[in-house]
Amino acid sequence: MTALLTVDAVSKRFRGLLAVDKVSFRVEEGGIFAVIGPNGAGKTTLFNMIAGMFAPDEGAIVFAGERIDGLAPDAICRRGVGRTFQLVRPFPALSVEDNVVVGAMLHRRDLAAARRRADEVLRRLDLFGKREQPASALTLPDRKRLEVARALATDPKVLLLDEVMAGLRPAETDRMVSILRELNAETGLTILLIEHVMRAVMVLAGQVLVLHHGAAIAEGVPAAVVREPAVVQSYLGAEAVD
Amino acid sequence: MVKRLLEGASRRGLALLALLLIALLAAPWLADDYVLTVLIIILYFAYTGQAWNVMMGFAGQLSLGHALYVGLGAYTTAALYVHFGIGPWAGLPVAVAVAVAAGAVIGFLAFRFGVGGVYFAILTIAFAEFARIGFDHFRWVGGSSGFFLPVANYTSNDLWNLRGDPTMFYYVMLALTVAAFVLCHVLLRSRVGYYWQAIREDEIAARSLGIDTFRYKMYAVVISAGMTAVAGVFFAFYYNNLFPEQVFHISRSIELILGPIIGGIGTLFGPIIGAFLLTGLSEIMQELLTMLGLDAPGAKQVFYGACLLVVVMVLPDGIWPWLARRLGVTEPKR
Amino acid sequence: MAAAIYLNVAVSGVLTGLVYGLMALGLSVIFGVVRVVNFAHGEMMTIAMYLAIVLFGAFGLDPLAMLVPIAGVLFALGYAMQAGIINPFINRPEHSQFILLVAIALIIVNVLLIVFGPDARNVQTAYAFDSFLLGPLIVDATKVYAGGASLIVAGALFAFFRFAPVGKAIRACADNYTGALVVGLDVKRLYALTFGIGAACVGAAGAMLVLLFDVTPALGPALTLLAFIIVITGGLGSMPGALIGGVLIGLTEAMAGLLFTPSAKSMFSFGLLVLVLLFRPQGILGKRLSW
Repeated sequence: MTALLTVDAVSKRFRGLLAVDKVSFRVEEGGIFAVIGPNGAGKTTLFNMIAGMFAPDEGAIVFAGERIDGLAPDAICRRGVGRTFQLVRPFPALSVEDNVVVGAMLHRRDLAAARRRADEVLRRLDLFGKREQPASALTLPDRKRLEVARALATDPKVLLLDEVMAGLRPAETDRMVSILRELNAETGLTILLIEHVMRAVMVLAGQVLVLHHGAAIAEGVPAAVVREPAVVQSYLGAEAVD
Repeated sequence: MVKRLLEGASRRGLALLALLLIALLAAPWLADDYVLTVLIIILYFAYTGQAWNVMMGFAGQLSLGHALYVGLGAYTTAALYVHFGIGPWAGLPVAVAVAVAAGAVIGFLAFRFGVGGVYFAILTIAFAEFARIGFDHFRWVGGSSGFFLPVANYTSNDLWNLRGDPTMFYYVMLALTVAAFVLCHVLLRSRVGYYWQAIREDEIAARSLGIDTFRYKMYAVVISAGMTAVAGVFFAFYYNNLFPEQVFHISRSIELILGPIIGGIGTLFGPIIGAFLLTGLSEIMQELLTMLGLDAPGAKQVFYGACLLVVVMVLPDGIWPWLARRLGVTEPKR
Repeated sequence: MAAAIYLNVAVSGVLTGLVYGLMALGLSVIFGVVRVVNFAHGEMMTIAMYLAIVLFGAFGLDPLAMLVPIAGVLFALGYAMQAGIINPFINRPEHSQFILLVAIALIIVNVLLIVFGPDARNVQTAYAFDSFLLGPLIVDATKVYAGGASLIVAGALFAFFRFAPVGKAIRACADNYTGALVVGLDVKRLYALTFGIGAACVGAAGAMLVLLFDVTPALGPALTLLAFIIVITGGLGSMPGALIGGVLIGLTEAMAGLLFTPSAKSMFSFGLLVLVLLFRPQGILGKRLSW
């Protein structure tokens, strides 16, 4: 399988702080790839560079054969990269359905068609029953689902999920995991996720990358990565290893 | 197409709307000249409020210099009429083009350089002020002494040249207001409208969904400017005199935004309700003051300021959303 | 034209600019700490100016002598405004606050119009026509006093924020709202205090400006705009920037008035504003803000 997304020796500095340090990895098409690591490791910065919030200082990011580093966020989304935010950003005054319609309109001008797509996505994310409610009325778990639904409605080729499980109870986490697995299995959607919730990572991810102080310290299948001493020492702690 | 326009509106809402429309159409027969002129002013502010609403309520960009577009529209058609004999309807496309160009310049400068929020508002004020002072020195259109359109006694209404009695002007303004309403309704349910609202709610999230926010903000500014210019055309031919000090003054810009803010930013009916309430109430207040023998120039403005204060503090979403809930009417589904 | 004329106009502009600077200082302090854009700033200044006129007309009291009392009245007004009306608005969206102050400004201007009428008023002190001669320079006494007083007030303000415990507490609020709360500072009271101080600056500046210019109710909005231009040019949130901006604007207006028609001089200020907003929105000395 070809690599859909290639991150090649990407670095980013903020004034004196080296947030991301020559990180490289490849995400295979149809795969689920997780990036883990302690807080401040540079995970969200990495995401933000892929999604176009700012450009890397060094290195290249290639998506579907095209270099995307330095492009604007909307241009990158149009090329097929969808993303969610760590601190969710719903459109508060709009209804749940309208929130997703905005996403669906990327590829559909017609309101009726956009609504149909939105409803389809809402059903998948268990939000169809709440579609008339204003987004501001939703609880956090529902807002997280809305965030995913909205990004999904743009028909992305790869979905970037930033700590989408944070703040969810175990049952909600399991539901989100199964939704993502279904998506991946049924539509072949490639997923790149930042996560702290290890139970989700172990079950979902085909490949895991561990970041620490901006640099990659381990990469591989989940079962192997969680056993590596460097990972255990810097992030997981001995109890996490079953 | 009419069915699509009406989709989602409650029966009650439609009934009320129809009633309102009938009342407005019948007004010239029922009202005396004074009330008619008040209604013209109300419709004028409803129209300009709606035009401003496109930028602010829909796209979230606060403009405090909208008088600029009124003035540009007014002066352009007035100049074309006085100097070249070109009628207002023929001159309208030119007026709109001028305002659109000005809006495009302001929008481009602001959005390319990331000027938003309060700074954007200040920028719009600066441009309007610039025009006010600039036109004071613009001899070709009268400068500070004013620009006058020839007014003769016409025996019949001349719609082409907008010369006639108040009834004619009333229907013109009514038609414009209805057209603005319909246009905004259509825009809100299109991709443009959805994208505008997304930008207003959260520009960063909007960009992450593939929205070219620069382009859509420009659309909002440009459409708003163009719409407002049409009001300027009306202004010129209704009042027949233009003074930069009045036309471009910041008070005009503020008057313009009172209706939509009090009525409800971002809603379809907000500007109309706001205009009715504000102008209606202030006229009543003026009458009361005259009856009491008090003549206070500026009392009207104090009243406006007080209304604005109260609404912003107590009903920040404006009166229409509250009223709509009470009446059991909702806006046509967006 | 003779160099002497340029020099005179320039000096005159600088001195007037110092008064402008003091006015802008008030705005900068308010914005820097409370993060409220005081759209009623110029209108508050006209209140001070009218107050000076009333005191002069009724009791023959020199505005400069009345500087402190007038500043005190404005302090109270500012404090009340912040405590009563604006504090509840702290967490509302930005344009909501802005419109709130637009409403207040509208009310102030028109109440003044009702009370004082539209005609221009001014104060003619005994020394109104005196001037100082310094070589080729002929400088109006009023301008010298006004400029000097502005510097003194500004200096007092700097010292307050540098050395006084309350001043430092206010700066803490500006730097870190949550941190200040955590440390136990009564932020709302400090905000009210700050607004009061900003208003006091405006009061003092108004007492001085009335010696230099006639006042009409319509002056309020014009001064507000001017204050914004100065503060944005000099740097929003920067106190020295406000003074420098004020002097710069005072100078530009004076020179533009000399070289072109006087009525066009504001156009230059606006032009400058547009340029600054586009190319250096943080102003000459300001810190980069996110808005």
